[in-house]
Amino acid sequence: MAMLTRTERKRSEPARTAPTRTGVRRALSSPLSTVAVLLVTVVWTVPSLGLLVTSLRPEQDVAQTGWWDFFAHPHLTLANYHDVLFNGGFGVSDGLMPYLVNSLAITVPATIFPIVLASMAAYVLAWIPFKGSDTIFFVFFALQVVPLQMALVPLLQLFSGGAHIGSLTIFPAVGMGGSYAPVWIAHTMFAMPLAVFLLHNFIAQLPRDLIEAARVDGASHFRVFRSVVLPLATPALASFAIFQFLWVWNDLLVGLTFTGGAPESAPMPSRLAQLSGSFGDHWEILTAGAFVSVVIPLVVFFSLQRYFVRGLLAGSVKG
Amino acid sequence: MWGDTSIKLGNTLGAVAGFLGVLLLLFYLAGFARGRLSRRLAILLLLGPAVLLLLVGIVVPAARTIYLSLYNEDSTKFLGFGNYTWAFGDSDIHQVLLNTLLWIVIAPILTTALGLVLALLVDRLRGQAVYKSLIFMPMAISFVGASIIWKFVYAYRDPSQPQIGLLSQICMWFGWHNPPNWILSHPLNNFLLMIIMIWVQTGFAMVVLSAAIKAIPEDITEAAVLDGAQGWRLFANVTIPMIRSTIIVVLTTVMITTLKLFDIIRTMTGGNFGTQVLANEMYNQAFTEFNNGRAGALAVLLFLAVVPLVAYNVAMLRKEREVR
Amino acid sequence: MADANNGRIEIEGVTKRFLTPGGEVFTAIKDVSFTVEPGQFCAVVGPTGCGKSTTLGMVSGLDRPSEGTVKVGGKVVDGITDGVSFMFQADALLPWKTVLANVALGPIFKGASKAEAQARARDWLRRVGLTGFEDRYPHQLSGGMRKRVAMAAALINEPKILMMDEPFGALDVQTKAIMSNELLGLWEQSRPAVLFITHDLDEAVALADKVVVMTSSPGTVKAVYDIDLPRPRGSVQEIRFEPRFLELQHQIWDTLREEVERAYARTAGGPVTEGKAA
Repeated sequence: MAMLTRTERKRSEPARTAPTRTGVRRALSSPLSTVAVLLVTVVWTVPSLGLLVTSLRPEQDVAQTGWWDFFAHPHLTLANYHDVLFNGGFGVSDGLMPYLVNSLAITVPATIFPIVLASMAAYVLAWIPFKGSDTIFFVFFALQVVPLQMALVPLLQLFSGGAHIGSLTIFPAVGMGGSYAPVWIAHTMFAMPLAVFLLHNFIAQLPRDLIEAARVDGASHFRVFRSVVLPLATPALASFAIFQFLWVWNDLLVGLTFTGGAPESAPMPSRLAQLSGSFGDHWEILTAGAFVSVVIPLVVFFSLQRYFVRGLLAGSVKG
Repeated sequence: MWGDTSIKLGNTLGAVAGFLGVLLLLFYLAGFARGRLSRRLAILLLLGPAVLLLLVGIVVPAARTIYLSLYNEDSTKFLGFGNYTWAFGDSDIHQVLLNTLLWIVIAPILTTALGLVLALLVDRLRGQAVYKSLIFMPMAISFVGASIIWKFVYAYRDPSQPQIGLLSQICMWFGWHNPPNWILSHPLNNFLLMIIMIWVQTGFAMVVLSAAIKAIPEDITEAAVLDGAQGWRLFANVTIPMIRSTIIVVLTTVMITTLKLFDIIRTMTGGNFGTQVLANEMYNQAFTEFNNGRAGALAVLLFLAVVPLVAYNVAMLRKEREVR
Repeated sequence: MADANNGRIEIEGVTKRFLTPGGEVFTAIKDVSFTVEPGQFCAVVGPTGCGKSTTLGMVSGLDRPSEGTVKVGGKVVDGITDGVSFMFQADALLPWKTVLANVALGPIFKGASKAEAQARARDWLRRVGLTGFEDRYPHQLSGGMRKRVAMAAALINEPKILMMDEPFGALDVQTKAIMSNELLGLWEQSRPAVLFITHDLDEAVALADKVVVMTSSPGTVKAVYDIDLPRPRGSVQEIRFEPRFLELQHQIWDTLREEVERAYARTAGGPVTEGKAA
């Protein structure tokens, strides 16, 4: 004990003249914190581990023993993945594969559309001030928190009714991507407030010189937007793209509502939610299906974590 | 099947290409305008689509939802506030409102508190990036995926058989040989579902708060340390006040997410066993009961619950702008 | 460039007010009037925050006056003014484009073909002494070299008006002198009207034909001086020792000093001791 005090005093001596960050940190630390964080990390990780392990065990094993038994009797198989993707057995001949395709076909446009449209709007609100532009910006900002449940029923009525107004076809059922269009449009609409807000924060802080020099050189606003603003805003666009990609990929409510859960257009989560109710006992299938839907966001997350965090921070701390 | 897949993906890419092509063409043509016209055209073409989407997608539908909420199920008969008196008078809905209230109070507070503790502890550890990543990871998973993960943790088997649910097994290891069927046990099941939300959102709270703590100017903490503030006192008198606004932002953000909670309930219980919440009940009223009036009234209630949070956030933003 | 009348800048009774986010009206400049003849080099000096940059913005058409008119070549400015180029303190170079592409951007924005724009850009890079650096990126160049690129980019469109907003403000003293000499050399060749903003009085007197002194909060024109030093001026380092330069410099400084002190007292909040600025 005495030993410890002496070393403590010795160590803190330089800190008296020039306190360092480590000195401050030490003032707060205790050996308990390592144990606490370790414990939380384990509790946070084990459930996901259970999912992964179960999806790789043979059906027999899954039904008879808990997944932790795997470490005592390791039997590995990919059969569950083959079953869940291609063989089906969920009342759909093709398994989950079509839903995976749908998820992809929904997510890519529903990420690109709002980013392009929102960055256009953000440029105007940040760099072409006009009477009422501040008001419009605040409306965008405020609408961020209108729950999308508020718009669900009327928007669905509009989409289904809009297709049959006289001879005028507003939302063609086939042709431009089949019945994905309503989901794309709905996602684009709902993403708009947050997207405009985030991108505005970034675009408004671009160097004035670069934009004005191009303007004075005779570049139109469109040209400035395309050749100067978009390239400069790439970090913000990337952050928001990841954010929006994960949001759309993981979304249940919009996908379920605007596709009605039909296999031609419904994404993974709506099918998984359905399976969770009706096939709750086939854990080997359910876990494999869940892992398939989770693996893409996880890859995105672990490879682009920095951008993802940056996007989150910009979105929540600034507001 | 592969043919079908390629058609679907081809159409999707076509739609994206068409969208970008139309925009580029419009930009090209509008680029020829000069003087005042060019400025007006830029405002119209660049801002117009976003404003239009907002009007058609959010403003008008929201107004129409309010209108629908005053009518009966197929919007043929005016009811006044009938749907609202139903919402506050019906005993089933009482349970829904109570559950929603529990959710928005308990889940955000626990999430923020746990996130704050972790943010304070994790930065001083070796290998903090690994811990942070693992705790943050659920944020990338869908609520549906998270629900399936936890449904498996809560899975029930007759105690005489080998267990497959981790929670039951842990109870048995600790000597409780008769664990209940977790998901069916009301009101416990509400709290078990909340754990999923906390599991998903804590990483978010931790990362945001940790960034705020790191942004505290070092001279402030150093001055406090030199003044003799240590451990808890430093934390309570310097750290917490310095990141107060961030804590509030995290709290309100999680609260808004919780209010709109739908996926977890739908996947775990479908709203049965006394776990129903507002957003899922609203969905059921609209798409199972086909009662647009009641669905509208519930959506409006949800909106009204969010309004104070909106107002608060707007006020915060205005204040921040004035300072600049 | 062809029509000499085109480059005349007439600023008449211009007032610019902004609405602060707090909702208050802030007058940036008030009743500012002065004229820059075609081919004239006009420097605007004044303390920080006197609305010098606001004035530039209104001449280029990026901004609109609240009252009064700004005419260029006899025409009221409406939209972006034709034949204007800008040079800022930060070199407005796009980091992801090469030196050549950066300089060629101006003609491309004006509608020239890529080949023609690049040929002209090469020529201008030669004129500023950067042949051989065409394929570098801005971050690979020194501060002085980047400034030369910016200068080439500003002059390549052969503007009738060149607006410079403290273009050499961030440079060290030696580089600043070299760049000033080069600017004068290039300017003599094509002779656009120049509106040059600086808070460095020596720089203003050494370069300009006319010096406009502005006061702050709100910005107004306090005095206008004609600088009758002969052209070509030669080296800006040497002209500083000529008696006429010193005479003019002293004369203007007397006017400016009050202003600087007033502005300083306002920001510092304390009393100002006499003679401190000298």
